[in-house]
Amino acid sequence: MRDAWKLYRHYIGISMRAQMQYRASFIMTVIGFFLTTITEFFGIWALFARFGNLKGWSLPQVAIFYGVTHLAFAFTEMFGRGFDTFPNLVKTGDFDRLLLRPRSTILQVIGTEISLMRIGRILHALPILLWGVHATGAIWTPAKALLLVGAIVGGGTLFLGLFILQATMSFWTIEALEIANILTHGGTETGQYPLDIYRPWFRKFFTFVVPLACANILPLNVILNRPNAMPLVGSLAPLCGCLFLGLALAAWQQGVRHYHSTGS
Amino acid sequence: MRGYLAITAARFRVLLQYRAAAIAGIATQLFWGLIRMMIFLAFYASSTRPQPMSRTDMVTYIWLGQAMLGLLPWNFDADVRNMLRTGSVAYELVRPLDLYTHWYCRGFAQRVAPTLMRSIPLFIVAMLWFGMRPPPSAASGAAWLLTTLGATLLNTAFMTLVTLTMFWTLSGEGMLRLAPFVVYLFSGMLLPLAFWPDGAQPLLRLLPFRGMVDVPFRVYLGQISPTQALGEFTVQLLWITVLVLAGRGLLARGTRRLVIQGG
Amino acid sequence: MAHIVVENLVKTFEVAERQAGMWGAVRGLVRRTHRTVHALDGISFELKPGELVGYIGPNGAGKSTTVKTLAGILVPTSGRCEVLGRIPWRERKAHVQQIGVVFGQRTQLWWDLPVVESFDLLRDIYRVPADRYRVLRDELTERLNLGSLLDTPVRQLSLGQRMRCDLAASLLHEPPLIFLDEPTIGLDAVSKLAVREFIQRLNRERGVTVILTTHDMDDIEALCTRVIVIGGGRILSDGTLDDLRDRVTRERWLLLDLEEATFELEDPDAEVLRRDGQRVTLRFDPARVSPAQLISRLTARYPIRDLFVQNPPIEEIIARLYGEHEG
Repeated sequence: MRDAWKLYRHYIGISMRAQMQYRASFIMTVIGFFLTTITEFFGIWALFARFGNLKGWSLPQVAIFYGVTHLAFAFTEMFGRGFDTFPNLVKTGDFDRLLLRPRSTILQVIGTEISLMRIGRILHALPILLWGVHATGAIWTPAKALLLVGAIVGGGTLFLGLFILQATMSFWTIEALEIANILTHGGTETGQYPLDIYRPWFRKFFTFVVPLACANILPLNVILNRPNAMPLVGSLAPLCGCLFLGLALAAWQQGVRHYHSTGS
Repeated sequence: MRGYLAITAARFRVLLQYRAAAIAGIATQLFWGLIRMMIFLAFYASSTRPQPMSRTDMVTYIWLGQAMLGLLPWNFDADVRNMLRTGSVAYELVRPLDLYTHWYCRGFAQRVAPTLMRSIPLFIVAMLWFGMRPPPSAASGAAWLLTTLGATLLNTAFMTLVTLTMFWTLSGEGMLRLAPFVVYLFSGMLLPLAFWPDGAQPLLRLLPFRGMVDVPFRVYLGQISPTQALGEFTVQLLWITVLVLAGRGLLARGTRRLVIQGG
Repeated sequence: MAHIVVENLVKTFEVAERQAGMWGAVRGLVRRTHRTVHALDGISFELKPGELVGYIGPNGAGKSTTVKTLAGILVPTSGRCEVLGRIPWRERKAHVQQIGVVFGQRTQLWWDLPVVESFDLLRDIYRVPADRYRVLRDELTERLNLGSLLDTPVRQLSLGQRMRCDLAASLLHEPPLIFLDEPTIGLDAVSKLAVREFIQRLNRERGVTVILTTHDMDDIEALCTRVIVIGGGRILSDGTLDDLRDRVTRERWLLLDLEEATFELEDPDAEVLRRDGQRVTLRFDPARVSPAQLISRLTARYPIRDLFVQNPPIEEIIARLYGEHEG
């Protein structure tokens, strides 16, 4: 386990050096990501200015939802990019090379592309989250803070699971896999708001099929002391994200098994 | 002229071949439209304050946005980018066709072909199931088509101009990344400009971006009358001229630089 | 203990037939027609430690399927396969730690990084102790003349330079067994010789077992004492080069360089294979007529400027072997 971490750090170091080579361009790109993502929140702010409230939710409360989702997605975006480009690895036959190395394929795929410039998303989401935390006036206990972090981690594992599932599909088909982007980018877009503002069927989809609720309404209801909060379910909900990741990893192993019998 | 039409047609055909991608694209846009619609409807249900746009108009605006998404200057011509980056643009300069016009036509076709393909199914689905309304009158509809043409020409001019800035900044990636955000924000794609704070309205009026989305959409909704639309179309044309001239200027100076430097 | 044991290895692929057009794709979703490809049809052989074996065959014969199976990338349909005492695909990580693989057509190095950084990454991937790594890296750098290349990004290397770097990369974890797939393809003459010489030393001095897959017969003749020929998923021949020659044909060739190109050349024991102006290639059976006899007969009758006796080129041998197998 320790040398997996060592290898991972090595991959990051290499990525950093490669991407920082053109310092000016890197900074511009980070700024670019920062600006493109912050416009989203501007839109939300402007709407609150016009409408005043959103189905009983205030702007600071929505800011917390927004921050959690974007932080979760940002970490996955930084480290899960390898899965985005994975179909190409299969197509060129370079996946064979990963199988020839005595390390986990997942770790190696992550290592193929670490996109540090997406830190722009973190830089914009963190202040918004912190502002929301401050402005809601909610009472913060260590337990709640832990749950908040848990929600972010749960969301991150969920998104990573989605990335992995999307990549796993390319073991079986090379056709248009972009449709899975609906779940990752669309999921982020959806998660910016509390899930209960959406139509029931939509809410159910993002609770039972893609458990976005585990990083959204369930834990945050508990944190914000909402009337219909479910303390037990809400506190354990982020674990669903980890479960989802586990499922995705199992699917990946199946995919690798399939690859072993059919080649590329 | 025939040469330019041929280029446009050829590009059209190439882009029409990407069918699988088109289906994935339509599904994505349906999803996006749905999310935005649900969010806006939730806002409308939460307040009785008067709003700059009615609920039904808002819904139509959202779906228009999804249908016309392909027209926006977001995908910068990868081939042209590569040409500029590697310097092989020098070969292009030898061709008899005027280079700017050549690239402009390519950009135009790149916007129109996929949009035609995607917008029609989106229109149908949105009108049948999601409450999208047609324009209030034939005159509005015609005015809408006119201003949409203006928007497309404007978008192409903008995109060509931004791509040409690559002549000047080699690692032009940064610039290219900022441009879509600027468009997304100030054109009305993120939020209809009427919903922006009142204090921002003068600034928005000055910028060319409203002509890309907000103006044609409001013409469609009838918020801008057909006669007023003609005035807006003139404004679009003015901006198009400015951007085209700027683009041609950049190309000319950049070409001179290239020739002097020797590529 | 044998390094490699292969027994009755069978691998069949089901290849889905793709249909053209939009309708074909839709139909393809509902019902798929399949074609069975017998890539390996029961092959068996054994390799002892320290052997340098050539593994040759026409395209599509099953060479890369064999190599991929031995490497653990593919799982066979049936049959037994053991490498260094392990079943490759069952114990992938442990197995892969002990083998090195070089693909001539694609590099395993990181394209944008300097060579030495690829080496460093591989050190971590293969968990090579730091001091051992340094020794090995320096030694391989010296042996393969990589000194000036270490700081160059891989994408800037020539094919020959890259191949040498790939060879070094595959040996950083000291595997007792390596697979070389077309290592000299596309290389210039000097690089080819360098690579060949390196492989020979590696095998002779370190006892590394080598399986060499190649289309270049000069490689085979220069390096391999043992040659396995595969065709149509079956082993056609397994033995030394001389065994292979004898198996296919005993004939020898006589190349003549005539003074003039005009007249007919005839001899009861020789057959004209090719005629190219003043150059004539004859084939004869040394059991029927000794080379010396044939030469004295011919030089007496015809004005011959120069001559040369040789074995049929190995390509001929192989081609006949395939032809025999097909027909």
